Amino acid sequence: MEAIIPEIFLATAGLVLLVLGVLRGNQYTQSMCHAVTIFFSLTLLFLLWINWDYTLLFNDMFVMDRFAGVMKLLILVGLITSLALSSNYLIQENIIRFEYPILMLFAGVGMLLMVSAHNFLSLYMALELQSLALYVLAAIQRNHIRSSEAGIKYFVLGALASGILLFGISLVYGYAGTLDFTVLANTLRVESAPLGVVVGMVFIISGLAFKISAVPFHMWTPDVYQGVPTSVTAFFAIVPKVAAMGLLIRVLFEPFGSMISDWQQVIYVIAMGSMLVGAFAALVQNNIKRLIAYSSIGNMGYALMGIVAGTEQGVGAVIFYMMLYMVMTAGVFGIILMMRRGEMAVEDIKDLAGLSRTQPMMAYGFAILLFSMMGIPPLAGFFGKFLVFKAAIDQGFIVLAVVGVLTSVVAAYYYLRMIKIMFFDEASDEFDKDVSFAIRTVVTVSALFVLFFILAPELIINMGQNAASILFMR
Amino acid sequence: MEDSHIPLLSLMTFLPLVGAMFIFLIRDKEEFVTRNAKFAALYTSIFTFALSVYMLGTFDGSSAEFQFVEKYTWLESMGISYHMGVDGISLFFVMLSTFLTPICIIASWKSVKTRVKEFMMAFLVLETFMIGTFCALDAVLFYVFFEGVLLPMFLIIGVWGGPRRVYSAFKFFLYTLLGSVLMLVALLALYFDAGTTDIPTLMENPVARDLQMWLWLAFFASFAVKMPMWPVHTWLPDAHVEAPTAGSVILAGVLLKMGGYGFLRFSLPMFPEASEHFADMVMWLSVIAIIYTSLIALVQEDMKKLIAYSSVAHMGYVTLGIFTATTQGIEGGIFQMISHGIVSAALFLCVGVVYDRLHSREIGRYGGLVVNMPKYATVFMVLMLGSVGLPGTSGFVGEFLTLLGAYQVNTTVALFATTGVILGAAYMLLLYKRMIFGEQKHKDAAEMKDIGRRETFYFVPLVLLVLILGIFPGMVMNKVSPSVERLVTRYDMALETAGINQNDDLENAGETQ
Repeated sequence: MEAIIPEIFLATAGLVLLVLGVLRGNQYTQSMCHAVTIFFSLTLLFLLWINWDYTLLFNDMFVMDRFAGVMKLLILVGLITSLALSSNYLIQENIIRFEYPILMLFAGVGMLLMVSAHNFLSLYMALELQSLALYVLAAIQRNHIRSSEAGIKYFVLGALASGILLFGISLVYGYAGTLDFTVLANTLRVESAPLGVVVGMVFIISGLAFKISAVPFHMWTPDVYQGVPTSVTAFFAIVPKVAAMGLLIRVLFEPFGSMISDWQQVIYVIAMGSMLVGAFAALVQNNIKRLIAYSSIGNMGYALMGIVAGTEQGVGAVIFYMMLYMVMTAGVFGIILMMRRGEMAVEDIKDLAGLSRTQPMMAYGFAILLFSMMGIPPLAGFFGKFLVFKAAIDQGFIVLAVVGVLTSVVAAYYYLRMIKIMFFDEASDEFDKDVSFAIRTVVTVSALFVLFFILAPELIINMGQNAASILFMR
Repeated sequence: MEDSHIPLLSLMTFLPLVGAMFIFLIRDKEEFVTRNAKFAALYTSIFTFALSVYMLGTFDGSSAEFQFVEKYTWLESMGISYHMGVDGISLFFVMLSTFLTPICIIASWKSVKTRVKEFMMAFLVLETFMIGTFCALDAVLFYVFFEGVLLPMFLIIGVWGGPRRVYSAFKFFLYTLLGSVLMLVALLALYFDAGTTDIPTLMENPVARDLQMWLWLAFFASFAVKMPMWPVHTWLPDAHVEAPTAGSVILAGVLLKMGGYGFLRFSLPMFPEASEHFADMVMWLSVIAIIYTSLIALVQEDMKKLIAYSSVAHMGYVTLGIFTATTQGIEGGIFQMISHGIVSAALFLCVGVVYDRLHSREIGRYGGLVVNMPKYATVFMVLMLGSVGLPGTSGFVGEFLTLLGAYQVNTTVALFATTGVILGAAYMLLLYKRMIFGEQKHKDAAEMKDIGRRETFYFVPLVLLVLILGIFPGMVMNKVSPSVERLVTRYDMALETAGINQNDDLENAGETQ
């Protein structure tokens, strides 16, 4: 039972806080944020304390293994980071609602369960727990028209994706007669998959592709990213992507592990589409949140390249890529949250003009993060791309890799554009200087991580490889 | 593995980076920061140069092996190590980097007025990447340094450059990146094929013929852009014109050499069959570069553009020499790169001198400088003759050897390439005539002061080197030869085992005569 302690603890804590919140009202929002941060940290400790060996619980509904462990570690770190980015912003934008941290907490519970799902039923429940919390978070600024619009868009499209996913699951159930991952895997290993299962799998992939905002299910991303409050955008960009990617990996390699040739082509197309759309569509964006939305679409494309490879090394590369993506995105959103002038958030990239003169440290930090996202060595982002490209090339996916590197050159253009605005253009007004300690820390840590990663790359790369190896042992 | 007790190469490579960090930490009033940053950068780069002189002194010139080798585990699980070393081919490129950096710093002592601290930091970081590129003996490590160069250079052009600096910086960055990423794919394919990224091992690893062709093309994409070869040279004039003087110096002096170095380190030894297959194409491209860009140089009105186009032409001799795959050709190519590194760097400094005074690069605005700038005229003359390739200057040796190599392989190509020498003389002499002699058209030109102490300080070693290398080329060649000979021997052996008769070319050449 100990394998599920972190989730049980976090869910219980959430319920208690919810009751407290209802009784006490909104004036304790700040303390609520702190409490949730503490609970996340405690959950993290529980996670590190429990055994990560392969365990199945609740009639094989729930699985704990090294892969789940590493993904949960990432999710929790992401949760703590995004809450740290949020707390000050909530006051600044007057979003004083105690539900905010609690919704984040429940989304967190959903995500932790997602990467541990071992049955399509528990997968769906975990995914919906997460999604419902996210829908509400998207619309939390309910008296703002943009936020409400984004919330509705996210909800309608998300519900559609869930429907597609559920339809796929029911097809698989109908043709294979089971929802359990291991049983499904064993069945599919012995006999070739019936057509219904293949179709069902494609539907499942489509539903999950929506969650990681991969092309062609990416349409919601720019609008939602732009519309919702920035702290929520940061959260959306950092954590659910990691969880959904973990879920996708688990589904593709466990139940459908023997159908690799069937799903490989699907993921191939999705990966290539994401890279192309991410690179070209971002070229014309001027709103920084929208730009980062397209950049994240492109990044998902690169990460999926590792899945296409279908090897242990490839999956390790994906996990590693997601780690780096998380760190860099957190840093970038820290910067975006710093972009405030006269108590108002500004979002146009032109607002960064001449930043290197007015606030040099911020400009350096942002430049390092952007160069890293471009994949320029010696920064960390290069190694992320290096590993996924390597995995793809080792499996002979040369065309995909070439498209990948070429789109990364296209993407370099819009990253460079931001650097150009910061370093080459004439200075405009300064940003507000009262930046919270938490945001400063997040930006500093992520910039330093990216900069000094090269000194000891093994540590983190091996973490990804270890997590991946467990999926290939069985 | 001798000399492994002092990590000399790592010291040289990372000392500038330490210097940059130190400058980063300087906090004080603006003027103190500026002063301290300049001196810190100067001392660091001079000390690095001193280390490289020590390296040159202790380098065993009779050996073709890699020396001062360092090898530490880095990415152990993937077999990628931190492996550094120099041989005769890379030795002088390292020297060139360490030699030109302090000169650049002195040259920008007064001309860089804004954000001096950042400028000095960018230059030191650039030096680290440059030295690292030439010392790296692991392909991934090489790539990290090779590509890392883009970061400081992009900022140097973009922040301290001229009016069209943004366009030029973007063009420089994206062109080079496009070439490099294709090389990355090829590198990964090579890694998969050979199971290692260790350069000395890769050099002995035979690659299947079909794969060689693809890999060669991908590496070529990167190095040809860096070189730059016709028709992918268009970024260079733009970058040169907009870059600050020191940026142009380092761009012409060192960054262009990375392409030639890459050919020698990767293309020839790792893909000999493909190199032989594509050699004719490269040689013709080189000839086109030599003639075409020389003609363009003839009609330039902008001094920097003229020298930039002349660089493309001179680099044409380098690729020509390298792909003859003869000892003379390759040695000539290397010598030409070293010579061009000094001559063109010095020529850009010359442009910088007059630009600092009159803020114009238009040739037509000058004239008659010999009247009030005799010292300048002398320096310019030596350098101009070096660029033309007059016997007795360093430029002659390189051109002569490459042409010698070319004649052995393909007479037609050599014939056309030789005309470039005449064109080279034409545009350089014309430039000299229009700037130094004639009437003083511009009234400000009459008031320009001759070169001062600081400027003399960096011109003297450059001019002396041009002459010394021209008179005693053996000083360089002795150390280069063993490595080149080994390269050529291995190349020929690889072709022999592959059943390609290299003499085909010779016979064909004989028939066409």
